[in-house]
Amino acid sequence: MESNGDSVFKYVTRAPDIAVYAVMVAYKEDPSPFKLNLGIGVYRTEEGKPLLLNVVRKAEKLLVNELSANKEYLPITGIAEFNKLSAKLIFGADSSAIKENRVTTVQCLSGSGSLRIGADFLAKHYHQLTVYMSQPTYANHPNFFVAAGITVKTYRYYDPTTCGLDFQGLLEDLGAASSGAIVLLQTCGHNPTGVDPSLEQWEQIRKLMRLNGLLPFFDCAYQGFVSASPDADAQPVRMFVADGGECLTALSYSKIMGLYAERVGALSIVCKTADVASRVESQLKLIIRPMYSNPPIHGASIVTAILKDREMYGEWITELKAMTDRITSMRQQLYNALHDRAIPGDWSHITKQVGMFSLTGLNAEQVAFLTKEYHIYMSSDGRINLSGLSTKTVPYLADAIHAAVTLHA
Amino acid sequence: MYTAMRNAMVKRVLSRRSDFGEARWMSSSSWWKSVEPAPKDPILGVTEAFLADPSPDKVNVGVGAYRDDNGKPVVLDCVREAERRIAGSSFMEYLPMGGSVKMVEETLKLAYGENSELIKDKRIAAVQSLSGTGACRLFADFQKRFHPDSQIYIPVPTWSNHHNIWRDANVSQRTYHYYHPETKGLDFAGLMDDIKNAPNGSFFLLHACAHNPTGVDPTEEQWKEISYQFKVKGHFPFFDMAYQGFASGDPEKDAKAIRIFLEDGHQIGISQSYAKNMGLYGQRVGCLSLLCEDEKQAVTVKSQLQQLARPMYSNPPLHGAAMVSTILGDADLKNLWLKEVQVMANRIIGMRTALKENLEKLGSPLSWEHITNQIGMFCYSGMTPEQVDRLTNEFHIYMTRNGRISMAGVTTGNVGYLANAIHEVTKSA
Repeated sequence: MESNGDSVFKYVTRAPDIAVYAVMVAYKEDPSPFKLNLGIGVYRTEEGKPLLLNVVRKAEKLLVNELSANKEYLPITGIAEFNKLSAKLIFGADSSAIKENRVTTVQCLSGSGSLRIGADFLAKHYHQLTVYMSQPTYANHPNFFVAAGITVKTYRYYDPTTCGLDFQGLLEDLGAASSGAIVLLQTCGHNPTGVDPSLEQWEQIRKLMRLNGLLPFFDCAYQGFVSASPDADAQPVRMFVADGGECLTALSYSKIMGLYAERVGALSIVCKTADVASRVESQLKLIIRPMYSNPPIHGASIVTAILKDREMYGEWITELKAMTDRITSMRQQLYNALHDRAIPGDWSHITKQVGMFSLTGLNAEQVAFLTKEYHIYMSSDGRINLSGLSTKTVPYLADAIHAAVTLHA
Repeated sequence: MYTAMRNAMVKRVLSRRSDFGEARWMSSSSWWKSVEPAPKDPILGVTEAFLADPSPDKVNVGVGAYRDDNGKPVVLDCVREAERRIAGSSFMEYLPMGGSVKMVEETLKLAYGENSELIKDKRIAAVQSLSGTGACRLFADFQKRFHPDSQIYIPVPTWSNHHNIWRDANVSQRTYHYYHPETKGLDFAGLMDDIKNAPNGSFFLLHACAHNPTGVDPTEEQWKEISYQFKVKGHFPFFDMAYQGFASGDPEKDAKAIRIFLEDGHQIGISQSYAKNMGLYGQRVGCLSLLCEDEKQAVTVKSQLQQLARPMYSNPPLHGAAMVSTILGDADLKNLWLKEVQVMANRIIGMRTALKENLEKLGSPLSWEHITNQIGMFCYSGMTPEQVDRLTNEFHIYMTRNGRISMAGVTTGNVGYLANAIHEVTKSA
């Protein structure tokens, strides 16, 4: 019979490279002394360096010195205090849903893990296995739902002619969605467009969704990253919770606390009653246990230490504000630089869009030109990470865009 | 004009006084009202019950987490030192999808051998995983994707979560004989029969050492025979190695089964965990590896493993991996770790002897040889669920209802109490 020879995985084919990583690799391998990486999904300082928040460093050192700390398995649902604090962060300290015990929150591996556990839960217990997500959306969004066996559809979102929201299209598509369908919404700082609905628009979306019995699933990866106020940025979620209806939220601490590598997040499911919430939580455990048993302790311990201490919470908000201020400043500087060069086109979207990302409006050809001639890297859809810029490099980017738009109109 | 019509329609929809619609979603009926309460996890539920018990005499020999002789959880010195070195120093940026390269390299050395040619030849596709559970799940998903009609053969008994993992991956399961209740040892004949009778090219889950929950491991000779039969049948061996170092105290010795299979030319898969042997339980750090024909195939397979991890959690957590890299990458820290693993294993071996001797002294009519014959963290006592319930209800002793005792929870302080209680519930068996 078979001996040393063939592997049982002989016919496995190479998986396609994932675009955003491919851009990172290309940037790394570019030997040019001057290159600009605007393709990343992480925050960079004015010096182009990664940022470890002081409050995170402080919390980590505190944890090391806690000799009595138990480093054993967390419960399947994670650190209880972390879950409570995360629910408070997103739903508000005065949330009646929390007071009524209608919310179940479980610690997950960042936003990704929260989305996947939520998707698996829906696949098992929900009756309408279709999810609508914005066109475009974060590249990995479809994958969580496909892996769970849920059909993925899209709703119109970005209008390339205005570089803004296609609100009519959004309402039409959600209006036509099958009753009960799941709708994936980005709470704030939309990735990749930077285009967020206004609160008035959110209210219309809420009414329409409740009318058609559509189930909201909020991805909250940038709470606090848009306005520096976690409460303000969470308004869309809170509006939905305030009407007494149900929803899911996936909260990530990757960007807002710079804890990317530790995979810290929380899935919350807001239910009609406390009894339902309790049963839902027990079922979430059954999904988590055969995936990884229980979540990692380190990052969630850091978050807990920060959120529960008034002073450290204040320090976090200060550092959050510094990041968002710098991003806002980059937007303004870039807009000014483009305006000064009298580059054809309306570039006001640069300052209208919010959060870490902007869809510049550059097409694939122009993006390729920027990479080839100017060693500027971004995703082929023209998305840039504003924090990849600095006062020094804004003029360089503006010049490059000028050339791209002029030569490849 | 069409646009205007559509705009008007949308406006009408939104401004309509939709009492019916409002009522529909404002009703007290939840989408989840038919969700059943889930049964408690049999293992983790035990600790929950233990924690809730107010009795001062309570003993937890349920979950497989190591305790020192005072019954306290242990953070290894090598781990504390590693954590001190790295605290506040990392920029916390995303690991690559396959995890920490350094951690994976060191981890492969433990399993395949420090100077393994297979590592040098880059024939191993390996990714950092969420401890052993995560590694098994990634493998199960991978098996489903590339051998959708295959089944997994699982020993009887096994860690209960194994069944959940392959079930959630939608891989159908078969079982093979393993534990012999009469001898409280290995049912070797039954095991070999099942290997021979399984269709050629079947996928088998093997515990590399310190079988959970029985503590019963094949001998070296038996492993050689198993390996030979696997070759005859072309079976795929997947090793779950969660206790390397914990069985004998020597990680090299505990990898013996794996090395036998490698010598025989099998292209194996391995799940490795640092939960117990480095005490990194809560950090969720482990590794999934698959031995391939050549480097090219290893690259290919790794790309597919990453593809499976991406819609689960994107990339794995850093902290635990950083501690492993720090410890295994530093000669002094690594030596310290090896010493500390030996201390843990020796304490458990000592407790096995003590428990057996205590039961014999009490004049138990039963044989308790299996306590010292079995190896690793667990002892399959042979007690029935009813006897276990009595231990819990009358003596506040917590263990899983299959009679599995976590020897790591036994101390010089409680071994007498435990022996007495076991004697009480079994003496008239």
